[in-house]
Amino acid sequence: MAHRPTAGRVTSAKIVIAGGFGVGKTTLVGSVSEITPLTTEAIMTSAGEGVGDTRQVPGKVTTTVAMDFGRISIDRDLILYLFGTPGQTRFWFMWDELVRGAIGAVVMVDTRRLADCFAAIDFFEHRRLPYLVAINCFDGMQYHSAQDVRDALAVSPDVPVVSCDARSRESTKQVLISLVEYVLTMRRQRAGAPA
Amino acid sequence: MTAVVAERDEPTGALVRPYAVTRGRTRPRLDIALEALVETTARGRNAFARDSVGQGREQQYIASLCDGRLQSLAEIAARMQLPLGVARVLIADMATEGLVAVYEPTSFDSNDSVGTELLERVLSGLRRL
Ligand SMILES: Nc1nc2c(ncn2[C@@H]2O[C@H](COP(=O)(O)OP(=O)(O)OP(=O)(O)O)[C@@H](O)[C@H]2O)c(=O)[nH]1
Ligand SMILES: [Mg+2]
Repeated sequence: MAHRPTAGRVTSAKIVIAGGFGVGKTTLVGSVSEITPLTTEAIMTSAGEGVGDTRQVPGKVTTTVAMDFGRISIDRDLILYLFGTPGQTRFWFMWDELVRGAIGAVVMVDTRRLADCFAAIDFFEHRRLPYLVAINCFDGMQYHSAQDVRDALAVSPDVPVVSCDARSRESTKQVLISLVEYVLTMRRQRAGAPA
Repeated sequence: MTAVVAERDEPTGALVRPYAVTRGRTRPRLDIALEALVETTARGRNAFARDSVGQGREQQYIASLCDGRLQSLAEIAARMQLPLGVARVLIADMATEGLVAVYEPTSFDSNDSVGTELLERVLSGLRRL
């Protein structure tokens, strides 16, 4: 491809944006994305493996899961995608695919509905995906301090807890920068090099 | 994602019944990540310029979408209003035939220097935004 330097390897990366219903995931993605967030659907077919409800249709059960995402061209050869998690956490099959190879995750919380993010935090801890907690300040109001949120969520002291306004490009940008800095710091620590 | 998809409601605005365009195949010939980038090759461009009959119209659409423009599997699926699994089968076929190039994402699951270097690029890219 003549328009690309031959040295650069074309590749992509992704960050997962999680959190409860209506917490501002799509808003956050949209505030920094270079494209209007897109939605894609995945279909899961399971052959009568109880999906947990009573509709035991003989034969196959299909479920459609929608997720939205945005895109940031870091440079010509490197594109970063931001994937919002599907609203319902029971669609774990999609979460597996979302976290595979990801840089890390942003867990958005609304301090009025803290418990909504528990499932996401449990999932990322179990999968050892680095994450930070971003308190979305609806109407500029933060009803609890970052320390209160940290205590309530019982996240380990190294997990960053930041506040943001999902509608603001600058604020969202800072959240993403904090996440990547955190991931880099952890990697350097693990590699034994000075941070 | 194994069995053939049974009767279901079509996703809103879908152009086609899921998996009809793959003639019922749900297994892609290559595993392609959501964020893997696709770009039409010179061969793909020529193939579709010469003859639009041999290839399906979905493949032709993918070839024009990714001509000179990197698009991820997720973007292609979303823009074509196709379920991810369907788009994956189509793109894997095209890659096997050399009509598109597929660039795999960098995985950050392991703590290698390639990942670290890429993270530094991501970080400076974000700071420039
Ligand atoms: N005032 C205010 N409203 C916000 C903020 N962030 C999001 N909203 C609004 O809250 C509503 C939900 O935001 P979304 O971004 O759709 O939330 P979501 O997490 O994607 O929602 P689901 O995908 O349905 O789970 C929308 O009406 C937004 O406009 C914020 O920081 N301040
Ligand atoms: Mg949303």
